[in-house]
Amino acid sequence: MAGEKRLSKRLRKKRLWGRVSNVYAFLVYLFIYVPIIVMVIYSFNDQKNNYYWNGFTTEWYEKLFTNSDLVGYLGISLIVAVAATIISVIIGTIGALGLVRFEFKLKSVISNSLYIPIVVPEVVLGISLLMLFEIANFPLGMTTMILSHATFCIPFVVIIMRGRIAGMDLSIEEASMDLGANRLITFFRVTLPLLIPGIMSGAFMSFTLSIDDVIISNFVAGPYATTLPVKILSMVKTGLSPEVNALTTLMVLVLLVGILINNAVQALLKKRALTNIKSYF
Amino acid sequence: MAEHIVSLKKVNKFFGDNHVIKDLNLDINEGEFLTLLGPSGCGKTTILRMVAGFEDATNGTIEVQGERVEDKEAYERDVNTVFQSYALFPHMTVFDNIAYGLTVKKVPKSEITRRVKEMLELVQLMGFEGRKPDMMSGGQKQRVAIARALINNPKVLLLDEPLGALDLQLRKQMQIELKRLQKQLHITFVYVTHDQEEAMTMSDRIAVMNGGVIEHLASPDEIYKAPKTRFVANFIGESNLFTGKLESLENGIGGVATTLGKAKLELSGFEPGEEMHICVRPEVMKYSKEPVDGFSLRGTVKNVIFVGAQYRTLVTMEDGYDVKINRVKQNKDLKEGDDIYLYWEPDDATGIKA
Ligand SMILES: Nc1ncnc2c1ncn2[C@@H]1O[C@H](COP(=O)(O)OP(=O)(O)OP(=O)(O)O)[C@@H](O)[C@H]1O
Ligand SMILES: [Mg+2]
Repeated sequence: MAGEKRLSKRLRKKRLWGRVSNVYAFLVYLFIYVPIIVMVIYSFNDQKNNYYWNGFTTEWYEKLFTNSDLVGYLGISLIVAVAATIISVIIGTIGALGLVRFEFKLKSVISNSLYIPIVVPEVVLGISLLMLFEIANFPLGMTTMILSHATFCIPFVVIIMRGRIAGMDLSIEEASMDLGANRLITFFRVTLPLLIPGIMSGAFMSFTLSIDDVIISNFVAGPYATTLPVKILSMVKTGLSPEVNALTTLMVLVLLVGILINNAVQALLKKRALTNIKSYF
Repeated sequence: MAEHIVSLKKVNKFFGDNHVIKDLNLDINEGEFLTLLGPSGCGKTTILRMVAGFEDATNGTIEVQGERVEDKEAYERDVNTVFQSYALFPHMTVFDNIAYGLTVKKVPKSEITRRVKEMLELVQLMGFEGRKPDMMSGGQKQRVAIARALINNPKVLLLDEPLGALDLQLRKQMQIELKRLQKQLHITFVYVTHDQEEAMTMSDRIAVMNGGVIEHLASPDEIYKAPKTRFVANFIGESNLFTGKLESLENGIGGVATTLGKAKLELSGFEPGEEMHICVRPEVMKYSKEPVDGFSLRGTVKNVIFVGAQYRTLVTMEDGYDVKINRVKQNKDLKEGDDIYLYWEPDDATGIKA
């Protein structure tokens, strides 16, 4: 029948387009992941200069863990990232609450100035932070690193949280107060649990920004707070080494695990009640 | 014991320059079902929020059980609220939602369990305690919101358009249930709606509001039969309004020269010479082919239409105003283009001060 034929033609066309878009998506992912995959493969290459494949080895990983202090730099990276994340999540969340919930003079100025640290080139931010620490006579090290990282993470957290808070139904908190809970109890039993997903995204964002920052860290790290990316950058200045490949492979692995954990936690939060938070009270 | 459970005295509320509540006085009796009824933006929600403690009156006093509440925070007041948007805690189960007020007060666990059970029975939600709000229907959510507000044994329950989001059938059912709850628990309900039918069927008294003032506070029956202002006459039910001047007043019967002709009605509290309106409901409006003593309101039949339960005749007056006449049975003697005289029984009409 004519109608049937037309329909199946349409369906065939649809299927063809489906296939084309699959191929397209595959190519896009290939483009993104091929460099990473090559790096991972070459981190197992039994050849110092990385020009050709010479057989499988875990030598570089062994080297990495035994006779190099790269693990130490990784430790510094993690400490800085975790500390900067905690600071920016706390300050950013409180700041966002203030920006959304309260009216005050210069609110829009303050609100818009959040974008300045984001759009200003990192070099500029790095130099100005360095100048600030020099003027204040503040020795460069862990503290300056953590403060600097928090500086560029806070605006991102505020922007994420601002959206979440603005989208929250105010009457839910009013209902809590109406039922006899004071502001503090309301915050911990209602506001905070509802903000947890936003806080998680903010934390994840901060952690990622901090852990792979090179430019600003380069300025404010000082001799004793060199993070892994800063170290790697200085290493590749003297040529690519398979050790760096092994190291970056590990970093990719860490980030991958991080993403998976983040997704799992988000899914869990959605599924399970956060009622156990109330046991703190 | 205080005379009134809630009492607002000369309350004003400004939002910036916006004068939202104007010199408002309102006394609410213990155990009554009082409805605030009025068009959107007239200040109904603002009144509830001031009583609940979410909004401060700019001036004036608000008393609950004879005690001024200005210095009390929302969580210190003996009133509870049912929000239009339900405002359930999305991260808690039905049980935890309902128990919230008690857990905040650190009531022992066994008592919480017992009272939540009671509440679940009261609102007929047994078996739902483990559910999350987003897995429930609108009507079920509303029941949870009501149970959550009632578990604290409030003296007064404030309800802001609690049925606004429900479909007609469910709304009717919930109206009956709410009324049942209110009678059973002897709690004062202050109810906000802009559905006049809902207000009429549920309330002991209705406060009809307009632009931040209460225009008429009385029983549904009285408000319908004798609206105090032109606005109330128009807002509650349908009405025919005539404007004129009171010419004579003898034995309680006033003769009025309206813009459309002479008319008469039972009156008290009016002085001859006063400007006034006359409100006549469509179902008591009468007509005749011949002039009637004391009346000279002439019009032409525009059409007769069937509107659901009754027949409506529209009569166009000289100035173009359409008078409505409603009858359960069709007015067989009327057809389009007939010239007729309108009148009414003097005690069927209400005089309204201009
Ligand atoms: N937080 C606020 N800030 C400024 N103006 C407000 C605020 N809340 C209410 N208003 C204004 O006060 C007036 C009364 O509002 P209210 O919410 O009390 O009306 P309502 O009678 O409940 O109307 P509706 O039937 O639409 O709910 C409106 O003009 C509204 O714009
Ligand atoms: Mg309202």
